[in-house]
Amino acid sequence: MTRALGWLAALGLVAGLAAGFGYAPRETVQGNVQRIMYLHVPAVLTAYLAFGLVLAGSIGYLATRRPGWDRLAGAAGEIGVLFTGLTIVSGSIWGKPTWGTWWTWDARLTSTAVLFLVYVGYLLLRSLIEDPEARGRYAAVVGIVGAVNVPIVHFSVKWWRALHQPSTILGPERSPIDPAIGLALFVNWVAFTLLFAYFLSRRMEIARLEEQT
Amino acid sequence: MTYARRAWIILWKDVLIERRAKETANALLFFCLLLLFLFQFALGPDRERLATAVPGLLWLGFILAGLLGLGRSFLAERDNDCWEGLRLTPGDKSAIYLGKLAGNCVLMTAVEIILVVLFGVFYNVDLWTPAAPLTLVLALGTIGLAAVGTLFAAMTAQVRARELLFPVLLLPVQVPVLLATVSATQAVLLGQPLADVAHWLKLLAGADLVYVTIGLLTFEFVLEG
Amino acid sequence: MILARELRKTYGSNSVIDGVSFELGAGQCLALLGPNGAGKTTLLRILATLLRPTAGSLSIGGADALREPERARALIGMVAHGSYVYEDLTARENLRFWETMRGGDTGAGRLTAALAQVELDAVADERVRTFSAGMKRRLGLARVVLGQARLLLLDEPFTGLDRRGQKWVNEFLLGFKAAGGAAVVATHSFGSGLGVADRVAILGSGRLLLDRPAADLSPEALHRLYESLTDGAEAGR
Repeated sequence: MTRALGWLAALGLVAGLAAGFGYAPRETVQGNVQRIMYLHVPAVLTAYLAFGLVLAGSIGYLATRRPGWDRLAGAAGEIGVLFTGLTIVSGSIWGKPTWGTWWTWDARLTSTAVLFLVYVGYLLLRSLIEDPEARGRYAAVVGIVGAVNVPIVHFSVKWWRALHQPSTILGPERSPIDPAIGLALFVNWVAFTLLFAYFLSRRMEIARLEEQT
Repeated sequence: MTYARRAWIILWKDVLIERRAKETANALLFFCLLLLFLFQFALGPDRERLATAVPGLLWLGFILAGLLGLGRSFLAERDNDCWEGLRLTPGDKSAIYLGKLAGNCVLMTAVEIILVVLFGVFYNVDLWTPAAPLTLVLALGTIGLAAVGTLFAAMTAQVRARELLFPVLLLPVQVPVLLATVSATQAVLLGQPLADVAHWLKLLAGADLVYVTIGLLTFEFVLEG
Repeated sequence: MILARELRKTYGSNSVIDGVSFELGAGQCLALLGPNGAGKTTLLRILATLLRPTAGSLSIGGADALREPERARALIGMVAHGSYVYEDLTARENLRFWETMRGGDTGAGRLTAALAQVELDAVADERVRTFSAGMKRRLGLARVVLGQARLLLLDEPFTGLDRRGQKWVNEFLLGFKAAGGAAVVATHSFGSGLGVADRVAILGSGRLLLDRPAADLSPEALHRLYESLTDGAEAGR
């Protein structure tokens, strides 16, 4: 199962690269650097998926006390932090030529950074507790607080500042996107999700083996 | 109403212990005074600059004092080895959380009053005229800080490296509360009507509700061994 | 009162409790002997519902302690190393706190009576910080008495007490048994406590190596059995 996922993910990534660099058109205003969006946007979507799974795993563990749920939460947390880091770095690289600075305190970048900090803290907590039962419980509580906080962070940061482009994919107003760009984005998003699933499956497997020794 | 009695007795115990040991309150008060000097030195003698920074500094002060004060919430339990005793008590453990939360709110409120007075005196800022709306913002922000702080304090009291872990866990979660309270405080100090910051207040109230609810629901899992 | 079957507690690959079964009726006292590290405290904590066993079943006062720990907890009083006292509160305030947490009646009369029963009424309004180890132990007993415990779990109650103190605990336990309560006393010392025990058990390598009525064994016989069993157990580790 994991193997198959791995192959699918590899295929997806190849397709994504092709779509992003070959198929999708060159953006008029920003030039080729805009293509980093095909990395940045799927990365952040996947990060949100990961943290949703952290929430699910946390609730699942507290409800059933079965270690499988905690493994899910832990693995999803780690990979989520990875993808969030990827989002921030790619966003930063995208921003430098576009806005002139490596970092701006605009709404979306800030929200993502706060998300990153919350879940790094989550991982830190996990690393400091050896007893798996206590670790599962405490991590679950922090996981729930962190996840529930995401919309609150989103709104507070958004009202605080708005520099970023208005969200063309997740926003309420639908400004028209070139369908080619949309398709390339979609392909990359699927690829990233497959990659995430592969990593998750692998990581949970390792965690299960670690617990047995 | 055994639940209310239990929450109340927790508050009673903590107030009694604090009154006798006087460990936390005195040090926090002194800490506030130190912060005052720290902020002034960090920002330089320019009055204007300090005046514009007051809302942020006020909340920065609360949060720093909060990190110290809240982190010690369960110190008595840890030092006196009373965790297990609490775990063995029957009934809904969230009553303990509520009692501790109440105690922490009282503590934080005392800290805030001190800081507000000190700011008013030392930085020559008029905090008396907008006192009523300011109190509302402070109250909402305090609950937000204390609700998560109490929960995380219970957790980190039983973990290694607790002095580091507590701020690392609490601060990122407090970002929205900080943003909301500073923005609202700024508006209030400029004399704007509360209606202008209604959205911030609603966000704070909503967040407070969410945090306290999560605290009540998950405290037993933090206490349980 | 207690019905334990095949209790097991493993940490990783280490089996601290490895299949412990026993029964204890009301009005009986079980002395649990064993060298340090044998798992007495762990077993006691499992009985107190503070620790979940990895396997096995436990019934206390008719309630399934694993599925409904709350019902079991209402009957249990534990006095262990940390005797759950707040040093900055007085004896009376400590009792008031714990009894309120238990949901009981904290009328002044009840508190004073409990303190009198453990001979702490003279120092009722002194801070516990000034108490000796024996006095703190007695305060712990007052707490469980006030809480109307039916099962006492005592972990090394005689440590740090002088002869008078130990005699006092013995008499207290006798009175408790006579009133229908049951007790499990974990101890690694021989002189104290055995007088009041109805049954004696030896815990070694996570298992009960012995479980006999106290009347069957003379103190010397018990001592010899203890040495041989625990030596063997330690050699086997």
